Amino acid sequence: MNPQDKLKIQRHEIPTQDPNIRRTNNNEVATGFDDKTAIEEAQRCLQCKKPFCMQGCPVAINIPNFLAEIAKGEFVRASQIIRDTNSLPAVCGRVCPQETQCEELCVLGKKGKSVAIGALERFAADYEREHTDMIITMDATPTHKKIAIIGSGPAGLTTAGYLAKLGHDVTIFEAFHEAGGVLIYGIPEFRLPKAIVRKEIQTLDKLGVQFAFNTLVGRTTTVDELFADGYKAILVAPGAGLPVFMHLPGENYCGIYSANEFLTRVNLMKAFRFPEYDTPVYCGKNVAIIGGGNTAMDAARTAIRMKPEAVYLVYRRTEQEMPARLEEIHHAKEEGIQFLELTSPVSYQGDENGWVKGMECIRMELGEPDSSGRRRPVPIPGSNFTLPIDTVVVAIGAKSNDLIMRTSHGMEVNKWGYLVVNPETQMTTRDGVFAGGDIASEEASVISAMGQGRRAGKAMHEYVMDK
Amino acid sequence: MPKILEKYELAPKTHYIKVPAPLIAKHAKAGQFVIVRVGEHGERVPFTIADLDTQEGTITLVVQEVGKTSTAVGALKTGDEIQDILGPLGLASEVENFGKVILMGGGFGNAAIHLLAKALKKAGNQIITIIGARTKELLIMEKELRNVSNETIVMTDDGSYGRQGLVTQPLKELLESDKTITRVIAVGPIPMMRAVSETSRPFGVKTIVSVNPIMVDGTGMCGGCRVTVSGKTFFACVDGPEFDGHQVDFDELVKRTRMYKPSELHAMDQCRMESKIESLPKA
Repeated sequence: MNPQDKLKIQRHEIPTQDPNIRRTNNNEVATGFDDKTAIEEAQRCLQCKKPFCMQGCPVAINIPNFLAEIAKGEFVRASQIIRDTNSLPAVCGRVCPQETQCEELCVLGKKGKSVAIGALERFAADYEREHTDMIITMDATPTHKKIAIIGSGPAGLTTAGYLAKLGHDVTIFEAFHEAGGVLIYGIPEFRLPKAIVRKEIQTLDKLGVQFAFNTLVGRTTTVDELFADGYKAILVAPGAGLPVFMHLPGENYCGIYSANEFLTRVNLMKAFRFPEYDTPVYCGKNVAIIGGGNTAMDAARTAIRMKPEAVYLVYRRTEQEMPARLEEIHHAKEEGIQFLELTSPVSYQGDENGWVKGMECIRMELGEPDSSGRRRPVPIPGSNFTLPIDTVVVAIGAKSNDLIMRTSHGMEVNKWGYLVVNPETQMTTRDGVFAGGDIASEEASVISAMGQGRRAGKAMHEYVMDK
Repeated sequence: MPKILEKYELAPKTHYIKVPAPLIAKHAKAGQFVIVRVGEHGERVPFTIADLDTQEGTITLVVQEVGKTSTAVGALKTGDEIQDILGPLGLASEVENFGKVILMGGGFGNAAIHLLAKALKKAGNQIITIIGARTKELLIMEKELRNVSNETIVMTDDGSYGRQGLVTQPLKELLESDKTITRVIAVGPIPMMRAVSETSRPFGVKTIVSVNPIMVDGTGMCGGCRVTVSGKTFFACVDGPEFDGHQVDFDELVKRTRMYKPSELHAMDQCRMESKIESLPKA
């Protein structure tokens, strides 16, 4: 097909479940391309000699190559190309913010619309998973070098996959009873089905990666002890840490959750299937979600699936400043989440049983830009009002949990408590200890954590081979 | 999955369970706890570590049936597997030579103070233990606690054993008569810990309680176990579970502990119905 013909094809958007139907179920929102659509969309790729899209990919997927294979109908081959550098393609195809990464840099996007790279990554990965036994070729000679990975989230899984492929003896230590970190406890089923996450993690099993569950490093064992046990290098990637609350009067009333707790109950512990599963979760009639990030959107959309009367998303700035992906904001609105912009809670009111029944808010206006470059919200005096609510989810971020650092020596943290790392190697201030994900960069996205995991893997390989 | 090595009933609905957990036994100290999950559909529930043996690599839990998970733990037998055990979690008890210490247990709390009693004894403390139960047959760990205590006072609500009355009675008498007591440590149901704290408050004797709020991960990640102490919010799983009893907001603690009561009852009913169906004679 010549470039003129390619340019004539319009971008195909990934189909989604109707908002009014999907808000009543937990099935995936986006339903994916069929074979024909995938081929047509992949044919739009101009196969640039200098592919800018690849520069936008933190794990350096060979995008033009995999798109060319899809265009030829070689879907399994396409997926294998992706998996050369990305051990979680079905995950990334779903949760990566492609619009600010590969797709933003796609040449077609300059005059029209970029190739739907994310949707095609997902298509290829899904095709291989659904149609093959996911053959993993392991041709590396065993090095017999023991490597410990602390945490089985996106960073840990990526490093583990990278190092196992090079023949190292990799063990992942996970505090929970299941692998996946935020992919399992945080991101909801309707955005990232857990069966798919499990299947992608199984590819690491096939590479010989060992999993030690129910192991909290810092308590069940320590970094010092892992070295004493013969581990030659260690990746510290324990994830989100401690949820942040606003320290408002009444914030400990029953019915007020952190996003971590609300989502963990629903996703990891499957509270949405209570009492078939033992863990309960409470979702009342009027739910307020505090925050404007992806986690806030996940919490809001999880809540609306529990069929309350109203879900409010309360954010102190405006929609333009929300850190969430545009797609998530759009999906949330479609599903009926009511946005209360320029609003911030100031206190909670409770009933005689200690249950939250109201939230006093204040209106904000935008002032001068702050250190983040976003305009600072300033309260408008006297604009207070009370919203009757019975469930609140606070989704304003997390702070570092220093358990690993304070139970072993030599790992320096910055003033916010996050590990200081060499940006090229991800090595901490302790020789042989590397770090990735939230603990090394505050709020990392899934893909940025994976990028760090990959960088760490490369450096850890060099480190242990030099020893 | 760890297999139960030894399990028996210490008292009606209160169970002694010994499980292999070498890494937990190696690192655990008095005051710490584990999170247990029974079965693949199970909830994550915290239990205090009542004893440990580093040589054998085992830990002991004493579990009182109160909710669905503790009842399910109670139904397990020697040789059964426990799905998950994570630990040791939380901060260890402060152990040093305080001089003369009063240790107080109520119900399952008698087991929880056992490991601490051993550690305090080793640190050179003089230990007066006050334990209580509703009635004689519910009193647990008396012999073990007597072995490590300089003095042991037993109270029962109905007078069927020891003295009749609440554990706070001898506490008050001791605090009135002996000014050398420097610390009171209480583990048990919330009303008991609250009463102990109120009894010791006028005497100004430092009083430590071990709180047991609802938890999910037990590692600081969810913040479900929020407790207000001195007007500030703490996470019991990482900042506790022990706090200054004179500063704990017990009202809030009680209410937060009851948060899922309606759903829990529903789950319990469901669970009883299922076991009823299973136990029907086959036709």
